Amino acid sequence: MAADALSRVFSALADPTRRDMVARLAVGDATVNELAAPYDVSLQAVSKHLKVLEDAGLVSRSREAQRRPVHLEAQVFDLMTKWIERYRREAEQRYRRLDDVLAAMPDDVSPTPPPKGSPS
Amino acid sequence: MTSTGTAETQIVADPDVPLVRITREFDAPREKVFRAHTDPELVVQWQGPNGMEARVEHFDCRTGGSYRYVHTQDGQEYGFHGCFHEVRPSELIVQTFTYEGFPDGVALERLVLEELPGNRTRLTATSLVDSFEGRDAFLASGMDTGVREGYQRLDALLAR
Repeated sequence: MAADALSRVFSALADPTRRDMVARLAVGDATVNELAAPYDVSLQAVSKHLKVLEDAGLVSRSREAQRRPVHLEAQVFDLMTKWIERYRREAEQRYRRLDDVLAAMPDDVSPTPPPKGSPS
Repeated sequence: MTSTGTAETQIVADPDVPLVRITREFDAPREKVFRAHTDPELVVQWQGPNGMEARVEHFDCRTGGSYRYVHTQDGQEYGFHGCFHEVRPSELIVQTFTYEGFPDGVALERLVLEELPGNRTRLTATSLVDSFEGRDAFLASGMDTGVREGYQRLDALLAR
């Protein structure tokens, strides 16, 4: 079921360490050891993160090479991030308009507007 | 980054329930952010999709109130309506949201405003949709490819 697949991708990307790993894999393939180097966590924890990314279809690991480098499935990643990022960008544009509305409001504002028909 | 030093919008889609949560901070006190959500004259100035004109039919942002507004784009009208379930000044708005193109679908939306030091406000907006497919339609709204095509592409990619 595709909706589950999408949800797995969402949750895989909800973690900052995993997002960071994906960003680094976007530059090129890397081994587990290489991926683990910058983080202050155990190799086991990094493997766990990779398993989540793998289950979501975001990364794959080659079976052939001794090093078993991790490879980013860029197409899956692009499709997902496009959806989420576009939604996020639209929200950000909306909230920038709200920034402007807030900046233009008087300082002594009451939280609720006066009821209709009353002089404002 | 914005010139105001405001943090960019953060977005989370929950893996276990069909919800989307958005977090954003504002350089304004809660009262103002709340007012910008409840005064229809202010709401039309910022809400809704970019480049669409909004017409507010009614907007009664009080506990038990309701709202309806219509966006117009290229002669097409898109209506939205819902009820305000719980409204607590400067703190909380719980409301429903329906796009009239899918009248059976509904989202439960919860807006929470928290005071931050320095007269700033953290806004957390949670939309709980009634199905994962509905949530993903939400996320994909306004996309060039519809959700269904997106799913088909995703299925094809994952099947390789």
